[in-house]
Amino acid sequence: MTAGKTLISLIGVSFSYPGGQPVLRNLDFNLNSGDRVGIIAPNGSGKTTLFHLIMGLLKPLSGRIEIFGKAVREENDFAEVRRRIGLLFQDADDQLFSPTVLEDVAFGPLNLGKPKDEAIAIARRTLTFLGLSGFEDRITFKLSGGEKRLVSLATVLAMEPEVLLLDEPGNGLDVRTRAALVEILRGLDQSYILISHELDFITATTNTVYTMQNGKIRTDQELSVHQHVHAHPIGSCPHEHCTPEDAHRAEPPLITEK
Amino acid sequence: MISEPFALGNSPLHRCDPRIRLVSAAVYSFVVALSHEFQALAAALVLSMVLLSLARLQVREIFKRLAVVNGLVVLLWLVIPFTFPGEALFRIGPLHASRQAIVLAAQITLKSNAILLAFIALVATMPLATLGHALNQLRVPDKIVHLLLMTYRYVFVLDQEYQRLMRAVKIRGFQPATNLHTYRTYAYVVGMLFVRAAERAERVQQAMLCRGFKRKFYCLQEFKAGRGGVIFSLLMSAALLGIVAIELRTAL
Repeated sequence: MTAGKTLISLIGVSFSYPGGQPVLRNLDFNLNSGDRVGIIAPNGSGKTTLFHLIMGLLKPLSGRIEIFGKAVREENDFAEVRRRIGLLFQDADDQLFSPTVLEDVAFGPLNLGKPKDEAIAIARRTLTFLGLSGFEDRITFKLSGGEKRLVSLATVLAMEPEVLLLDEPGNGLDVRTRAALVEILRGLDQSYILISHELDFITATTNTVYTMQNGKIRTDQELSVHQHVHAHPIGSCPHEHCTPEDAHRAEPPLITEK
Repeated sequence: MISEPFALGNSPLHRCDPRIRLVSAAVYSFVVALSHEFQALAAALVLSMVLLSLARLQVREIFKRLAVVNGLVVLLWLVIPFTFPGEALFRIGPLHASRQAIVLAAQITLKSNAILLAFIALVATMPLATLGHALNQLRVPDKIVHLLLMTYRYVFVLDQEYQRLMRAVKIRGFQPATNLHTYRTYAYVVGMLFVRAAERAERVQQAMLCRGFKRKFYCLQEFKAGRGGVIFSLLMSAALLGIVAIELRTAL
């Protein structure tokens, strides 16, 4: 991978669910190698849809998707995409379906045609890398929420993808697991796109943050997350600030008070 | 929900190759189900007890399982003696109990208990995942094995979703009663459970596709029969042949 090479490129992509409003409208987006892009946008603005389009789980109504410099359209094109791009699902229960952790992590490498011994070795290495050694024979559905998330990440990383798509990886994690996940993500070599609602999580793990508006990613408006300190009466009670300018931006609040 | 109280342990039986245990349990069930002589059935029951003692399980849990099956057996005792034709042994009002029927009910009681105990000792002593893989190695079709394993995996998720729905219903003051509102509410809950299960299935399939799923599953577990397995299968075969011999000798 040479620095700055375009990995994922979406050109004029539109999509709507059957019988629904358009979710993505004429969306343009590029992910270059070395990029760590965060997307922060309201619910229902099409973030997850975007990931599913890149993975070929959904097909765009119009527009072009180019991945690693090749246009992808048919199911067959996406076989390679899925090998080289790893998607971490929002709900770990969707991702973990094998009875034991080791089997689940080895599932991807086995699908890539690796022999059993090698697949097991990769799975163990990945688990150790994520600080999950000793989890091999644990039953997937008996793991805690945080453990499930980390094991899901292991199942994705075990396929040694070049790009990661992370769908709200920090959601619902306790402070300690979240901090561990931030450290892991910062230590990865891969370029990734990360969706999150949490400002501190997204700023800690990405170097560019965009938002989505009207079915487009606003690459023209890079967000800079910042804090204001101010004081006013009864400021110690929980409260929200709303200025006319903020009102159209919807959740999550782009201005946080501390 | 499903708990596996017997699955974990370190008894000689737990360590025995799951494939050998499965085959033993299957052959044993056939032998017992096809036997009629009380001596043979008694011998089978003794064999079950021996297997159980080898597995070193919690007696309380075993009785819990037995209670379920014997509830059904009690029902049979209430019905069979008075409905099966044969020479009358005693009468209760207009009903008369036949000797053949009582023999039959006694056989069913012995058989079901013997087979259940053997299954607890041989099959319930392995986790379900192991059972799936062992079945797979015994050339049971992939589809059946994966249905079993996937069902086991997602039954817990579905249970959680059911609990979540029921909580949502309860916190809004729902009190079940015998009325249309109650039936409708339950129908909604069940319907919603189906919808969620279908959506979940779709997402799981997508996740599998993203990891390069090619309609093939791989089994990582290696089973080794070892010396213990060979000894166990020899002893088990001898015991089963013994039961068959008792059955044939008494019958002829």
